[in-house]
Amino acid sequence: MAAMVVGALRRGTATAGGSSRSFARSLPRPVSTLVVAEHEGGFVKPSSLSALAAAEAIGKDDNRVSLLLGGSGPGLHKAAEHAASSHPLVSEVLVADSDVFAHPLAEPWAELLRSVQHKGGYSHVIASSTSFGKNLLPRAAALLDVSPVTDVTSISEPRVFVRPIYAGNALCTVRYTGEDPCMMSIRSTSFSPTEAMSEAKVAPITQVDLSFLSEGSSGKSAWVNLKSQDTERPDLANAPVVVTGGRGLKSAENFKVLEQLAEKLGAAVGATRAAVDAGFVPNELQVGQTGKIVAPELYMAFGVSGAIQHLAGMRDSKVIVAVNKDADAPIFQVADYGIVADLFEVLDELLKKLPDKK
Amino acid sequence: MKILVAVKRVVDYAVKVRVRPDRTGVETASVKMSMNPFCEIAVEEALRLREAGAATEVVAATVGPSQSADTLRTALAMGADRAVHVLHDPDPSRPLLPLAVAKILRALALQENPGLVILGKQAIDDDCNQTGQMLAGLLNWPQGTFASKVILNKEKATVEREVDGGIETISLDLPAVITTDLRLNQPRYATLPNIMKAKSKVIKKVTPEDLDVDIRSDMEVVEVTEPPKRKAGVILSSVDELIDRLKNEARVL
Repeated sequence: MAAMVVGALRRGTATAGGSSRSFARSLPRPVSTLVVAEHEGGFVKPSSLSALAAAEAIGKDDNRVSLLLGGSGPGLHKAAEHAASSHPLVSEVLVADSDVFAHPLAEPWAELLRSVQHKGGYSHVIASSTSFGKNLLPRAAALLDVSPVTDVTSISEPRVFVRPIYAGNALCTVRYTGEDPCMMSIRSTSFSPTEAMSEAKVAPITQVDLSFLSEGSSGKSAWVNLKSQDTERPDLANAPVVVTGGRGLKSAENFKVLEQLAEKLGAAVGATRAAVDAGFVPNELQVGQTGKIVAPELYMAFGVSGAIQHLAGMRDSKVIVAVNKDADAPIFQVADYGIVADLFEVLDELLKKLPDKK
Repeated sequence: MKILVAVKRVVDYAVKVRVRPDRTGVETASVKMSMNPFCEIAVEEALRLREAGAATEVVAATVGPSQSADTLRTALAMGADRAVHVLHDPDPSRPLLPLAVAKILRALALQENPGLVILGKQAIDDDCNQTGQMLAGLLNWPQGTFASKVILNKEKATVEREVDGGIETISLDLPAVITTDLRLNQPRYATLPNIMKAKSKVIKKVTPEDLDVDIRSDMEVVEVTEPPKRKAGVILSSVDELIDRLKNEARVL
């Protein structure tokens, strides 16, 4: 029954509806969306472009989208220009220009979001499920006294969403019945950004009034530093090819061989929780329920057993290759192509036989 | 200083969950239940801070049905000093949301006055990853989420966080809220003598009404379904065959 109602209420069929209750819910209501975006090197991050694609899935024809950027310096303003022509639905770019937002601290950012929401009265607020979005969105939602939806992978109606639960072993369809705004974080792998826009449409850029900021906004927390691995590799979350090593790689040294394969394929390197826990590679390479969620064109897993928590992070990959000497490893149940063999021998052979990526 | 730790009873992480045929949720009847793994890490961190002399008392709290008392007993057996059980019987179609739990925890925090609240970063059942951030927002306290290292120094907490780009370090004024990531610590097992000792520790029972908290739910579960299954793949016998298939069949090389 529930599934039928969902079907009947799908967007664009406003006249349908099985009962008066569901009919009332299907009445069109104005949609306006605030997308909380991140930027880097003068560009809106790909994960935030996915959030714009999610905004489009909520409403295409009658959806005013504002995109919020924060930070300071020339990078912010360059990113704002990028944002202004990033998507035809963007009607306004809001820029919060202050050192307070230079670092991703949830405390001042949540106050910013509350203030922007109070002024704009948006029906929806969307952020991507990055560590920034996951840290910020629930705090801002609590300040606005609404319940956000985490990790949306599909939007069936403006207020009906699908999200994975139990590490992706079940999919839960929920209907948001609360007050505006309906807030959500989205899985960027589930919403492909639209291709680059025509130059013709450029949204205006507006400075956010920051008079709401008080001493208390920035006083209670301070950013100290960020330690990251310098890498020439593409970003793990967006790479078209990912090669992943598990406990079977046995050492940090052996991960260098995987690096060579990644080099050849133009791929990002990932790792299982076991490999990170063992100290082979840093945490930011972890793929899984609590690490990064990836969905590349090609995912190659070496010495990965296929724990539920790991599968949760890569099961939406288009093509999965698994190499493991244990023929019973669960990874083979999700792999399109499997090789039961010593992974080091397979790696050596691949390095010899694959052409270099131009 | 007192530390408040929130814990949740969930389906054990090793259980393969099954979606109920009526699509109202996953099967939880006669399934092994345990403390959420991230909550175990939260309890462990609180105990270590107490053992290092940075805290004097560890209070564990949970929101859930009567069976959730087992989870509090586990926290007590690990070494928590006392516990608070906020009784709530779940309704599968209108689940208790993180916002309601955060409001309950705020009420407890205002009663208990802790210097630190530690929670798991997410529960492995609903995977929401919200409660800690919401509690911090409601209390207007700073937050250190996804922590992989916590150092207390008088009025401040230095927290290392696992973020997308690496490890971020932030400094928080106390009181603060911290949520735990996997690599913060390795939780201890409760020993038999401590399990026996835990039986005499106090679990205070209250209700959301006692705390004057509105636990309305703004979310309706429409249905819970199985994820689409991947088609069974093939086992190949050589690297040459793999390269050929990737090039000519899957066309990803």
